Amino acid sequence: MSSADLLALAISLRLAALTTVLLILLCTPLAWWLATARSRWRVPVNALVSLPLVLPPTVLGFYLLVFMGPQGPLGRALAAVSLPSPAFSFSGLVIGSMLYSLPFVVQPLRDAFAGVGSRVLEVAATLRASPFDRFVSVALPLASRGFLTAAVLAFAHTLGEFGVVLMIGGNIPGRTQTASIAIFNHTESLDYSSANHLSATLVIIALVLLLAVHAGRRDREVQPWRWN
Amino acid sequence: MALELSVSLARGPLSLQVTCTLPTRGVTALFGRSGSGKTTLLRCIAGLERLPARVCFDGVLWQDARHFVPTHARGVGYVFQEASLFPHRDVRGNLAYALQRQPAGAGGMQLEEVVGLLGLTALMSQRVQELSGGERQRVAIARALLASPRLLLMDEPLSSLDEQSKAEILPHLTRLHETLAIPVIYVSHSIGEVMRLADHLALLQEGRVREVGAMAELLTRADLPLGIGEHRGAVLSGVIDSHEPRYHLSYVHVSGGLLAVSLLESAPGKAVRVRIDARDVSLTLRQPEQTSITNVLPAMLVDLTPEADPAQTLVRLRIGEQLLLARITRRSAEQLALAPGMALYAQIKSVALMDP
Repeated sequence: MSSADLLALAISLRLAALTTVLLILLCTPLAWWLATARSRWRVPVNALVSLPLVLPPTVLGFYLLVFMGPQGPLGRALAAVSLPSPAFSFSGLVIGSMLYSLPFVVQPLRDAFAGVGSRVLEVAATLRASPFDRFVSVALPLASRGFLTAAVLAFAHTLGEFGVVLMIGGNIPGRTQTASIAIFNHTESLDYSSANHLSATLVIIALVLLLAVHAGRRDREVQPWRWN
Repeated sequence: MALELSVSLARGPLSLQVTCTLPTRGVTALFGRSGSGKTTLLRCIAGLERLPARVCFDGVLWQDARHFVPTHARGVGYVFQEASLFPHRDVRGNLAYALQRQPAGAGGMQLEEVVGLLGLTALMSQRVQELSGGERQRVAIARALLASPRLLLMDEPLSSLDEQSKAEILPHLTRLHETLAIPVIYVSHSIGEVMRLADHLALLQEGRVREVGAMAELLTRADLPLGIGEHRGAVLSGVIDSHEPRYHLSYVHVSGGLLAVSLLESAPGKAVRVRIDARDVSLTLRQPEQTSITNVLPAMLVDLTPEADPAQTLVRLRIGEQLLLARITRRSAEQLALAPGMALYAQIKSVALMDP
């Protein structure tokens, strides 16, 4: 693999890791709210969060570019405080990836939290656990499988995305060129061997991730969780 | 000290109009048919359900129109119908969860004490998924106790269990009743459980509290629906006095005299409850001689109530400080010229022991 390809791969992995961590942090409270709140805003918020599932990535990328570009509302606001526009930069990629992978994190977390059920939380309340305590000591461990699923989906989905990163990042080698864009470039220039190396690497990463998920699940079934 | 409760709620088919004061000593049974609002009331006391209500426990306001103390700050233990153990923790982990949240200096029960009381020693390292229904419920009760609650609420803890598990867990509940210092409110629709466990009784009918009082006394009230099917009976509390292995008998001291029962295993001094069916009690004006009936106690007639069957009369008797029921024919009542205040003798043909 050429050093340019390694760099593209590193950018992809860094992007996927950062997107996953940020999404889990952001979506945990959002998914908890969606699973437990009885607000009338729940249905519209649910629909909004699922929107990236059905939107073409290029459409999402296009509007993000317009929004974040130097002439867009976000670009101008940032320029007013002397910050660069996130368009065609790594931070722009992170924002775009987060939006694009949002439903892949929110939905498993929401379903996992809903599966915890109200009874064990009521029990915890009668054992003097405060709402935050109940969330940390009961809801989080019981929803752990949902977190694993959400993290793997977010990571894998970000690793493979093409349309959004191309629109927002602009294919700048060493800065915004991810592995999937590099593969496209190699194929365009008929360099099938390089495309193959990068592609095979992505296949292996995907396989390892899936294996990790399944191993994690089998672990849960065989061994009880021991706390003290 | 008492639990003051007033709830006013109309929700679908359920209408609750309750104003009552429950004692906060011993075990108070919240008794009524299914759908009478018992569970809703209990959840309201715990703060699990936010109803238009006023709840005041031993002078501390838990809830009114403006205040609401959340469940975790009320210090109530709650045992649900199904055990609801934490599936991600083993038995020890479930108990530790409560123990870690016991307020400092609460002087609550120790782990060893509770584990011994509920017979959990052998189960401590088991996964909760491996436990039987009765075992789960015992762990749930132990867990509730270890949070050192000020008030223990139990919502039909036996109703989801089969007969064998019920029989396994009842002795533990009886033992709890003897050792526990905290008040218990016990929801049940089984008069058998109530007779065995309760000191006080609140009768709930169609969303209203009809009567609150001492269990043994309410049981003898002819106007309350507290019989086992058609059969009315009284519950007497006593202490094992002595054993007579030669006749395979034990003697139980109740206020008013000694009752002979089939030989018991427990040592003298142990508190027991016995149930005496109204149809097993007959009356005589003079102390009987040369009778096969062993248990004859002097009694004072309290009142007479006609039964649904016009041939029968229900007679309430006072024996020492406790009440007994006798079911006799109306003819006998007239021939003996029975009247309130009369001194007579109750002949008891059969005594059922309520504690093993």
